[in-house]
Amino acid sequence: MSAQAPSSDKERTTSSEPLDSSLVRDSKRYGDTLFSGISTGSALMIFVILAAVATFLTTQAIPAVTREPGPTGLTAVETAGGFWQWVLPLAFGTVWASVLAMLMAVPLAIGIALFLSHYAPKRVAKTFGYIVDLLAAVPSVVFGLWGVTVLAPALDPFYRWLNDNLSWIYFFNAWVPYGDGGDLRPNLAAGGQNMLTAAMVLALMVIPIITALTREVFLQTPRLHEEASLALGATRWEMIRQAVLPFGTSGIISSSMLGLGRALGETMAVAMILPGKVLISFKLLTFDNPNTIAAYIAQNFPEAEGDGNHQLIAAGLVLFVITLVVNMVARAIIHSRREFSGAN
Amino acid sequence: MAKRIEIKDLDIFYGKFQAVKGVDMTIEPRAVTAFIGSSGCGKSTVLRSLNRMHEVIDGAYVDGEVLLDGTNLYGPNVDPVRVRRQIGMVFQRPNPFPTMSIKENVLAGVRLNNARMSGSEMDELAEKSLRGANLWEEVKDRLDRPGSGLSGGQQQRLCIARAIAISPDVILMDEPCSALDPISTLAIEDLIKDLKEDYTVVIVTHNMQQAARVSDSTAFFNLKAQGQPGELIEYGSTEKIFHNPDQKATEDYITGRFG
Ligand SMILES: Nc1ncnc2c1ncn2[C@@H]1O[C@H](COP(=O)(O)OP(=O)(O)OP(=O)(O)O)[C@@H](O)[C@H]1O
Ligand SMILES: [Mg+2]
Repeated sequence: MSAQAPSSDKERTTSSEPLDSSLVRDSKRYGDTLFSGISTGSALMIFVILAAVATFLTTQAIPAVTREPGPTGLTAVETAGGFWQWVLPLAFGTVWASVLAMLMAVPLAIGIALFLSHYAPKRVAKTFGYIVDLLAAVPSVVFGLWGVTVLAPALDPFYRWLNDNLSWIYFFNAWVPYGDGGDLRPNLAAGGQNMLTAAMVLALMVIPIITALTREVFLQTPRLHEEASLALGATRWEMIRQAVLPFGTSGIISSSMLGLGRALGETMAVAMILPGKVLISFKLLTFDNPNTIAAYIAQNFPEAEGDGNHQLIAAGLVLFVITLVVNMVARAIIHSRREFSGAN
Repeated sequence: MAKRIEIKDLDIFYGKFQAVKGVDMTIEPRAVTAFIGSSGCGKSTVLRSLNRMHEVIDGAYVDGEVLLDGTNLYGPNVDPVRVRRQIGMVFQRPNPFPTMSIKENVLAGVRLNNARMSGSEMDELAEKSLRGANLWEEVKDRLDRPGSGLSGGQQQRLCIARAIAISPDVILMDEPCSALDPISTLAIEDLIKDLKEDYTVVIVTHNMQQAARVSDSTAFFNLKAQGQPGELIEYGSTEKIFHNPDQKATEDYITGRFG
């Protein structure tokens, strides 16, 4: 095995000078050779697989992007009037659902994580932390089922109330014109299955991830900095703002990005809860909701063929690009804060 | 400014473990008091009990009284947060906030106490505190750079500036020079001598020469035996402790003969 490993160092021992034998490089370090072979191999393999996926997505997607849609209006793309008119609303729905989910999840997750790391008594923190970890392992289908059968119906009366009383807030307005007398009727989603419910379930799915990661980061805040703050006369909350949160910022960003990644790519929960359409709307309670890319693909792939396949794959590529951009932005943010991060 | 501290029959515990027993002493204002003694005898523990930093450790508590100009810091209605605003602390390892600039570090304590301060007042206070810590000339051109970019000695002086910016009555220092080179150490020692003009200063040190150089009074702590709580063995003017101690144990420690 070691004979196959091209090792240039081995030849050097053949110089004419007699070497102290204890200094001669041991050519039989099988462990090293094996390990470096395996790790290099795995790294290469990941790279090859990634390249293969990217190539597959791109080549399969190209026909969908370049071909002019027929005028028949039989497929979704034809109805929308072109590939971009079709995929942009889906991309919007994806980002919108995830942003809503993150708006709810990140503050809550940080709150829970701080409670676990800095407020709760040790034993409570341990049990509670264990429950949070368990939640992170619940499959998304289960979340979806629960969302459809429990959460959505339970929230339906609340949504009606929101639409009746708070419809002056744009997002909660689900009234649409009715007849030609200028009358309005509520166009609420059936059974509470709207964008808000979908986003809530997404939030619930990412909260355990973000909580578990940020809790670990908060726990690693150097004692030195916490005490510096306390010794200046900081209350516990002031200490958290002065020492813990700044220390945890990049951790919060990266764990949020992981959560966002999951929310963006989440298929089943959204597919089950949201009867989505190809449209752009910021309204949360209406019957007409934008769909997400992942859910749309899951809902339509079984019947797709030919062009339809290419279009779905192209949509998948768009999702891939969105996720990539999100990650790059996160990295840029973390990098730009490096000087003040205390990593030096 | 500069208040007197009276410690009365102070016992200090970490959970079930008693670390310090029966300390009685009066620390004079406008003077430097040094705590010396072998490792583990409870110097840091006593020091931290003076601004109620001891109790931030899980299960840690004290029994006894610490009076600041007559007010018991461990009285029933006393808020430890308030106590720490009046009794500042400098730690063994410099600990500026890494996410803050030099100026923000200096003002970190003030920000907590009263947020209402104009920009120019803040600038003035930052300059005054940095001058007070003998750091102004070195950092005046880079106040917006991160505090963690300074040398160890500069960071420690930054921490001193941060402590004096909230104008405390007392400044506690736990081996403030042990992580520093001789030059930085001298700079801090000079600073300590200046600080006693305005503050009550208490310093823990393992360096005998340092105690002799900077302090007016010295307290020698020791363990009666391994596993026993630490006790205050002898307390008096630095002059007396170093040249004519009453206790054999003190003399042995000062002269380098550990018993
Ligand atoms: N966080 C803690 N939990 C439990 N015991 C502690 C803790 N900190 C200190 N102790 C114990 O209290 C005793 C006194 O410790 P302390 O740190 O006050 O000693 P010291 O005199 O400052 O020593 P050094 O000179 O090494 O700094 C020691 O027996 C130590 O083990
Ligand atoms: Mg100590």
